[in-house]
Order: sequence, then C-alpha cells, then structure tokens
Amino acid sequence: MSTSSVSKGCFVFKPSAKKKRTLSLEDHFTQGCEGAKNSETRFKLCQDLWDKIKAETEVLQDELYRKILDSLLDFTRKCSSTRQHSDWTSQMRASEIPTAALVLGVNVPDHDMTFQSLSELLQQSVSPFVASVQAKECGALKQLMKRVLERLMDTVVTVEDDDEEEEEAKQTSTQHHGRVHCSLGALCDWYSCQTKKSSNGTPGKKRSSPGGDGQQQPPVVIIFKDLEAFSPKVLQDFILICSRYIERLPLMFIFGIATSPSTIQHMLPHSVSSLLCIELFQSLTCTQHLATVIDKLILTHHFPFKLNAKVMQVLISIFLYHDFSVRNFIKGVQLALLEHFHSQPLSVLCCEKQEALRNATQLGCKDLERIRTLPSFKRYVEKQESQEQESLLRDDAHLKEVCQKLLKDLCKYHKNYYPTLRCLHALTSSLPRYPLGKQVRELHLICMEKNVWENEEYQMAMKLLKMLAKDELMASLQKCANSLESVKSKEMKKARVRLRELLAKFQQMDAPEAPVEDPVTSPVRDLQKKTDLFQLQKTLLEMNESRRAKKLSPFELLRNEVLEFIDSLVKNHLSPPEAQTLYEVCYYSSSATVRRHLNATPRMSIQAALSSPYYYLQNESLKTEGGSVSSAAPDICIAYKLHLECGRLINLYDWLEAYATVVTSAEGADADGLGQVDEIKHARFIRAVSELEFLGFVKSTKQKTDHVARLTWGGC
Amino acid sequence: MDVLEVKFIGDGDALEHIVDKREGMGGSHCSSASECLFFSGWLTVPVYSKNKDVQSHSGAVQKMVRLKSPPGRRDREQDGDGNGFLGEQNYIQALGADSMEDDDDGMSRVAGSSIFTFQKVKRGHSMAQTASELARTPAKTVTFGAAPDIEPSTPTRTGRDQRSESRTPQRRKKVQFVSTTPHRLRKRITIPSLRSDSDSELSPSDSGEEVDEDGEEEEEQVKKEDKENLKTPRTPQKGLSAALYKTPAKKSKTTCEALSQPGMVEEYFEAHGSSKVLTSDRTLERLHIPKLDRETLVKLLGGKPSCYAKEIQQLHKKHQKHFSKWMLQLQLGFSVLVYGLGSKKNLLEDFRVSHLSQEIHLVVNGFFPSITLKSILNALTCEVLEHQGSFRTPSDQIQYIAQTLKDSSELHIYLLIHNIDGLMLRGEKTQSALGQLASLPNLHLVASIDHINAPLVWDQFQQSQFNWLWWECVTFQHYTEETSYENSLLVQQTGALALSSLTHVLRSLTPNARGIFKMLVKFQLENKDNPSYTGLSFQDFYQRCREAFLVNSDLTLRTQLTEFRDHKLIRTRKGVDGVEYLLVAVDASTLMAFLENEDGN
Repeated sequence: MSTSSVSKGCFVFKPSAKKKRTLSLEDHFTQGCEGAKNSETRFKLCQDLWDKIKAETEVLQDELYRKILDSLLDFTRKCSSTRQHSDWTSQMRASEIPTAALVLGVNVPDHDMTFQSLSELLQQSVSPFVASVQAKECGALKQLMKRVLERLMDTVVTVEDDDEEEEEAKQTSTQHHGRVHCSLGALCDWYSCQTKKSSNGTPGKKRSSPGGDGQQQPPVVIIFKDLEAFSPKVLQDFILICSRYIERLPLMFIFGIATSPSTIQHMLPHSVSSLLCIELFQSLTCTQHLATVIDKLILTHHFPFKLNAKVMQVLISIFLYHDFSVRNFIKGVQLALLEHFHSQPLSVLCCEKQEALRNATQLGCKDLERIRTLPSFKRYVEKQESQEQESLLRDDAHLKEVCQKLLKDLCKYHKNYYPTLRCLHALTSSLPRYPLGKQVRELHLICMEKNVWENEEYQMAMKLLKMLAKDELMASLQKCANSLESVKSKEMKKARVRLRELLAKFQQMDAPEAPVEDPVTSPVRDLQKKTDLFQLQKTLLEMNESRRAKKLSPFELLRNEVLEFIDSLVKNHLSPPEAQTLYEVCYYSSSATVRRHLNATPRMSIQAALSSPYYYLQNESLKTEGGSVSSAAPDICIAYKLHLECGRLINLYDWLEAYATVVTSAEGADADGLGQVDEIKHARFIRAVSELEFLGFVKSTKQKTDHVARLTWGGC
Repeated sequence: MDVLEVKFIGDGDALEHIVDKREGMGGSHCSSASECLFFSGWLTVPVYSKNKDVQSHSGAVQKMVRLKSPPGRRDREQDGDGNGFLGEQNYIQALGADSMEDDDDGMSRVAGSSIFTFQKVKRGHSMAQTASELARTPAKTVTFGAAPDIEPSTPTRTGRDQRSESRTPQRRKKVQFVSTTPHRLRKRITIPSLRSDSDSELSPSDSGEEVDEDGEEEEEQVKKEDKENLKTPRTPQKGLSAALYKTPAKKSKTTCEALSQPGMVEEYFEAHGSSKVLTSDRTLERLHIPKLDRETLVKLLGGKPSCYAKEIQQLHKKHQKHFSKWMLQLQLGFSVLVYGLGSKKNLLEDFRVSHLSQEIHLVVNGFFPSITLKSILNALTCEVLEHQGSFRTPSDQIQYIAQTLKDSSELHIYLLIHNIDGLMLRGEKTQSALGQLASLPNLHLVASIDHINAPLVWDQFQQSQFNWLWWECVTFQHYTEETSYENSLLVQQTGALALSSLTHVLRSLTPNARGIFKMLVKFQLENKDNPSYTGLSFQDFYQRCREAFLVNSDLTLRTQLTEFRDHKLIRTRKGVDGVEYLLVAVDASTLMAFLENEDGN
C-alpha cells in the first residue's frame, strides 16, 4: 500500500496477526552495532546500568522532595484538622479553601515527576481523594469540572450540553447507568457516601488520626499542575463554585506555579482570592537538584560508566543555557550510555571490578587487537621496555593479565580521584572569587581537562589559601577531613589520618602565640621622629626588607606544610582520566554526537547544505573555495545563493534570468546562449523556488506582480 | 599666535590613521568590556579594499589586523552576567560546537552569527552579478587560483561581500566576528569619482537599481571598472585614481561622520529606513515561453534524472545504516526526529518497510493540506484500536487511547509523521496532543521536519513530552510530493478543477438559479479589466435578476445566494457603505471557459 494519496493523509498498517514476529530490544541493539560478538553482554550491562541509574535518580528525587512534601502534608493535615474546632477564628478559616501555592521554578519538564510523587504521597498518607488537572485539558469550566469529578470518582461523567439534553437524558436512562451528573452537588453526595461507608465498614484506609469524635474527614485535594496556563475566568468561576460547597466538602487546592507567587494576584481578583487561604511553599532549586544528581551519579566510583570533560560540558551547558531540566540531563546521560555501549566494543569491560576482571579473561582476539590500538594503551606500551613491549603486542595471554592489572589500576584511580576532588573542593569553594568554581562539577571539569595543578586558577587558589587566617583554614580543613570520612580506600585513609594530625597541630599551637608583633612595631616607633622624605623612604624600604626576611611564624610553617600535603594529594590523584591507560573503556567521549542528538540546529544544517553542498555530496565538481557555490551545484543551492543577494522582495523574472545564466554556464554552453531560458530550465527553477518556499525561505506575496518575499536575513 | 590651520589630508593618510588607531587599541591591553567585545576571538579587519586603485595608492591600507583575545577566559555561571558576546562564544565552545577533533564526520557548520543577522541593503544588480560570477566559476576547477588578476578587481559588490565571504569559514567553527568597516567610509571612497561624471537619473532601460543614489552610482562605477579591467587588466589605475580626487571638498565632513557612526547601526537603519521595496518592474510576461502547468512541469522534470544521483544514493545508504539504532531508541522511549535538507519521505518509507512491517503502524502525511488532528486520532481509535463510536473532544479521545494502551502493554503502535511541522499540524493544540501521544510508553513516534523555523512550534514542556532525539539526515532529494500540493506562483493554474466543480454544481440547480449565477459571471467578466471592481452590489443584482424574470422577491435571491455560498461558488464582502458585494471566486479565464461551455450546451 502506498502512502501517498491526494485524498488521504493517514494510513494505517496492521500486519496480520499470525506472521507477526517482533524483534526484541536486544536484537535491535545487536544489529548494526560495533563488534557484534559480545553485544549481548554489552546490552545486558547497558540495561543493568540504566536501570540502576533510573532507580537511583528516582530515590534521589524522592529524598529531595521529601522535605517540601512533608511540609505540604503537614499543611494538609492541619487544614483538615482545623475544621473540627469550633472557635470563631477557625470558623472563619473554615469558610476559606486552604490552598498551597507550590513554587516550582521554570524547569517545567521536571514538574511532572514532582506532581507524580506528590499525589502518590498524598494518597498514601493524607487522603484517598486526590485529583490533578492540567490547563490543557480544561479550556472551559465544564471540562475542568468534568475532569475533577472523573478523577475523584473514577467514573464516566456526563456533561450536559443544552442542545443535546434530550439525547443525553435518553442515554443516561437507557444505557449508561454508571454516569453521573456533572456538578459539585453530585460530588458532595458521593463524598458523604464514601466517607460514611469507610467509617462504618472499612477502616482499612490509612488515616493518620483515628479522631476523637470519629468525624475526622479526609480532604479532597485538587492539584492544578500549571496554574499560569489556566484561563483566569475558568479558575475564578471554579473557585467561586467550590467555596459554596466548602461546608459539605472539605476541599483543598494545590497550585503549581512556575514563575512567581504574584501570578495568583494577577490571575485572581481580590474577591476570589479572599476565598482562599494561601500558604506558600518553595521547592528546591533545580541547580541544587542537579548538583545532587551529579554528586550521586557522576562523582562516584560506583558507576563504572563515565563521561569525559566535553560530554559533561555539553550536558551541563544544555542544562544551564536551555531548560534547567534535570530530567533532560538524565536523558543525556542515558543517550551517552547507550551510545557508549553501542559503539565501543570494549565497553564490555565497563562494569564492576570483579565482573570486569572476569570479562577481561574472556576477551576474544579481536577485542585484544582493539585494546592494542587504543591510544592510551599505545602510550602505555611505549613506556615499557622492549621485551615487555614485544610480549604485550604478541602474547594474548600476557595481554589479558596486564589488562586485568590495568583495570584494577583504573578502578583504584577512581576510588582516589573522587575523594580528593571533594577534598580540594572543600578547601577552595569558599575562597574569594571562586578561582576553582563554586560547584564541584566545575572543579571536576577543570580536573578532567588537564592537569589541574598546571592551571593558573589552581595556582591562584593555592596562593589565596596561603593567605588564609587560622580559623578559616582550620574550618576548611575540617570540612576536608570530613569529606574523607566515609572513604574506604587505603590511601585516602592515610590522607585522612595525616590531615587529622595536622589539624591537631593547629589546635595545639593555640596557646603560645602572643609575642609576634615586636620587631615590626619598633621601626614604626622610629618614624615618629621628624625625618625628611629621603630618610622616610629609606626606613620604609628597610622595614619592608626586614619583614620579608622575617622568619616565618610556626603557624605559617604549619600552613605551608598543610598546603604542600594537599598539593601532593592533588598531584597524585587528580590527574585527568585521559592520562589513564584503558580509560576509553569507561569514558564516553563523543560530545558531538550527544550535542547533535540533543541540541540540534536544523536551520544551520539546512543552510550549510544549501551554501556548501560539497560536505554532503562528495562530488569533485562541487568543490569550491571560499564562500561561493559551484555552478554545477543542485538547483536549489543556486537559487538559494542568488536569493541571498536580494532585498525584501525578489523579482521572479530577474531571479529566473540569473538562475538561467548560471545553469547555462554549468552545462557548458557557449557564452552567447547565456541567460536563455528554455522550458526545462524554467521547470527546474520552478521546482527550486517551490522547495525554497517549502523550507520557509521565501513566500509568495501580492505586493507586486511576480514577486516573492524573502523571509530570512542571514546568509552564507 | 595660533592660526587655525586647515590642511588637506589625502585619503591614504586618513585611512592609515584609522588603521593605526585600531592597532593601537588592539595592542594595548583590552581592559574594558566593550573593547574585548570588539576584539575577542581571532578577527580579521579587512581594511577597506574595494579595488586595486585605492590599494596601490595608499600602500599601507591593505593591512590585516589580527588580534588574539586574552586567553583562558572561561565562562562560569557566576560571571554569567558578563558581556553578551563573550557569553556567546563561550557558549558555543561549551556546547562543543568548536570541537573539531571529535566531530567525526567532519561536518562544518555555518556560524550562527552569519545566519541570524539583520536585513541589509541590497543593491538591485547584485543578483545578476553574482549570477555572472557563479557562471564564470567553472564547474570543475577552483577559480581563484586560475584568474587572480580578474577576480579581485571585479568585485561583485563592495567590501561587504568580501567580508561575507571571509565570514563563512568553511572548515573552522569558531564564530568569526569581523569588525565592520564603517559603511559610509567605504562609500565615500567610491562616491567622488561619480559625483563628477553625472548625477544621473535612472536609466529607463535597467530599472533594477534604484536603491539610493550612492548605491546606484557605485554600481555604475563597478561597471565602469569592469569594462576597464577587461580592456586593460594590467593598468587599471590611472583614470580612476584621478577621478578619486576630483572632488575633495566633501570629505572632511563625511570622514567625521564615518568615524563617529558605528557601521552596523547605520546599515540597519538604512535597510529599514523606507518601507518601499525597490526591485525591478519586469514581470514574467517578458519570458517568451508560456507559463507551465502542473502536468508539463512534472513531465519536464521527470525526463532527466537528477544529477549527483550516485552521491544522493550514498547519503541515503548512510542514513539507512542507522535504522536499527532508531528502533532501539524508539523502544527505549525516545522519539526520533529527522531533519536536514532534502525530502525525507523516501528514507522514512524505507525505514517503515524494512523495520516496521511487522508492527502496527500509522503513517501521517503532515504536508497533506487537509490533514487534521481529528483524522489522526480517528485513525488511531477506529482503525488501530477498533473502537466503535465517536468522541466528544480530542482530549477525550487521547485519554481513551492512553487508557487502552496502558491496559494492553503488549500493544505497540508506531506513529510515523512526515513533516510534523506541516501547515495543518503546526497549531499549538495539535502539537500538544501529539506530544501527549508521544509520551505514552508504548506509542513510538518517528517524525521529520523541514521548515527552517520548525523547532519553534514546541515549548520546553512539549519537547520533553516528545523526548526527541534529533537525527541529521541530509538527503538532497527533491520535495516532489511535499510541494505537489502547493500552489506555486509560477505554475499556471489550469482551473480545470474549478471549472468541473462549477459545472457539476450548476447542473444540479434549477434553470433559474443557473441564470442567476450566469448573470453574475457575465457582469464580472464585463468588469474584468477594471482594477477597482469590488463586486456586484446585492441591490443591483436583485434589480437585474428581477428584470430578467429570474426571481420575484428579495428572499428568493437570498436563498439562491446562500446555496452558492455553501458551495463556495461566490464570496460576499461588505463594502465601505455597508452594502454587500458579490464576487465569483474564480479567475476570469475559467469563467470564460465556463460560459462557453454553458452556451455550447
């Protein structure tokens, strides 16, 4: 069946059920991936890792939102309990609808997850009656009402349009007994029925307090996921109606707000907002969220899969410059993970240490050959002695052994790298002007790019550290030591012990530290005498000399010692991953792929193809230098190039003529025939123009006969 | 005693001063942000080099000033409020756009700054000139080496063009910011020679160049040069350099102006100054071949196979390799979006046949002019899910689909949309509905986009619903099917369709109604040469119909007209005086044919 037709735009294809045989995910992975031999293992590894990452992020998400959810839950409980009191203030309160305004920030793609977990939690611990609505589904009051009722009562609700009343009535009476009339009154009846049922028969519903008088009623929670998108009219009407029923129905609203709380005031006039009792809740900022995600997923040796500096940079930039969405960041990680296992046959070694060692013993000779061609391994081989080199390149068994050793080294490197990174971050994150960045991820990026100790910023940070006062230094050292607390690696343990020792020394120094200022103060006293300018200069210079030559105080000595220790730690453990042998196994490095799949630039691609077709069509006749286009280029490229020379309107005749000139010359006709338009050229030109129109470069206009309007201004 | 001394300064000296100043600025340490903005990155300042004459006259002019930006300025979020340009550059670096080494297929990009620019003044003749330049470019060889004498001295345009060439670095990715040599200055150099020869009017023969005086004169000069160069390619200097200094009087003023005005601003206002658009008045009538109709067009184009068929085939094969990866990604919950120049219909069709033939799938032609969301949803519910009955709103329908797919997790549906940015699908509602569908775990979406601004249809939320993975698939195939529904300006509308629908509708009407319609048609044809004809007023029409005994009351006529309107035969329009005017919405030639037909019967 063909999929082009002049009368139809939709085509359904259903394969006959019996010969249906669908390929699994794994088959698709195996097809067309590099090194198909061990693809099954790789696929499994990839799946496992992804599942782990997914689970981990979900847990993380829950933890992060726990706090705000807890306060929200408190609020809801409080609201439902105040209704019971009978004093005047709570009576007043009772006539208002309790509303939680939840400010979530602009990272809209993440909101879904938040609301998902929020409504689940609410259902578990506060009230079974939770409904969430989106603005998209509720263009009018009727629809909003319908959605709310549907979600609360879990049945089909009829909306009765005036014109279809009779038909509806017939329907309800005949076939649809389950249907409910769409009004809040119906909801009230249903609610009282429900609560009676549960209080009489089934106490199974978790309700926190059994209640002294047994009248504790679970609230009906309605979540407006995106408040800004609702039409103010609909919202106002809904609130007005709801406030009428507040005595019979313990309603409660949660507003999800992306911008600022003042939207509520913009959307609702005072008469309406006075019916609400609004309390504000601020959610965690997305940068904090990202920081924890990176902390848990990336800055840890638990996940064998790593991103290199450039890929990290791309993902972080997309986050910072485009959407602030943690979800998209994780999507990027997922893509990188998939690509890594799909394209790198050696990724079979990218797993937990024990498994990696096992997999290393089972490497086939093709894989071993691949290891030999890894740049990092070549570097390693060059450093060995000639005999060793020989056996590494020839002897497969030996290579396997070495491979295992190298994998162990890599593992060790990671175990030391991350604690040292955190340690350095703890020291430098509070320095003025943040030479090494505020966030760990920035420091991580610097460290991955090149040797951090050769970095200008690092040296500056060290200088600044050397100027720190004692209490400040001690505080950061303390933080440093704390960050090493839970690390199990042998060397890190040693480092921790050493740090503790140094800290202890600092503390001991406290007592005998009074008479320091003496030598400095005496020349100052000399200055009191009357001197001439020359004399003054001399004494000042002398003073300077003496200060420089002055012996370092014990504190300064100790400070230098500490910093040297830190420096040595950094030099030992923070070398960039590219310097490690076999790093290619774990690190995904094709930032261009990630960028192209996540943050594509379709317009640039189209324009690049138009202005320089040679990149795509590797034909010699298209090769040109400079910005020009060969006259043999495809028609659309020539038409495009010519249209760049025009202003807002383009005369079709001139365009056609110019086009014909170019094409004639390309066909090698003699110069006399230049510009002659024959039918075929005319047809080709028409096609090129209509293609440009389809792409959105020009559009037809009626401003002038036989003209088209140009729609873009850039050009190349 | 101080006497104010007025001294004549030659062009060369003036220009040298400018160059020196620039160098001075660059050489000193860039401290202020604005300077950094101006000079960061490698930048080439092509000091004006319009033609050889000027160059040779003031030897120092042709200098390339190359400056290097202070290195090691990394953009962190805390100094995010730094100046915009540095931000941009670092941003591009940050996104890895400049990382050549891992851009495996060596694709070079066009810098964003060259794509998103303001409108510029374009001189009328430039297209023809570019054409002739392109024509001169032999297909096989690289030109610039071959004809070094001619090329630089026959600039198609002024310095700006050369800049724009240097601005599109083919293999480099870094944004090159090229300082703009003040526009006036450039102009100033060309003007003097011309002031002398004429303050010419527009020559009626080429109505092409009427942008502004300067531009036109510039053009003339270029032409003159052209000629001169053709004649004596070796010694082109004499005449012009003499002309250059004929009228030095105006210079000092313009120099000041030039130095004080930043060029870009000026260019902007120059381009937007007048709303009048200046193009030549030639129309397609001047072509001696008749307008083509659709059929001949197809026939003509079908005759010759596309050039570069081999390369296009290669591209196609290259993209085909990714199909199984697409499947993998689709099943992992991503949606695949293909973009790039060329029709991707064949590619996706290939994908469909090779990988989806065993699956339930739905193909949607987004470019189809009467595709609607409803038809897509109906196809899903009625044909795929085999649901009987209708839905009240699209959102109900989507909910039904979501519920059904949730209940039967075995069921996988693949949705393949050609041109998801198609004219009928662009609407916000449609896209959000499609987004909702795409976010269902067992509905997998493959789509293509073509319009350059297509990504603008999605906001962040929708994008996350779609969960796109972008794939660049440049195919260079013709958009044959996609554009076949379009009404191109250049194609003769045969009106065959309109004619047959006219006859068919008319045949079903009473003789009186036919008479009424014919009367309207005749009146319109009588007035077809009257450009201010807005239609026949209702009262007038009624009068005429009465006279012809076609109707007996106002009401009967109205009923008839309603009928016509329902069949889209006529259009009514309220005039300024509130009177209804009636028009037949078909072009004159078709009407003529229609009348002939009718009379023939």
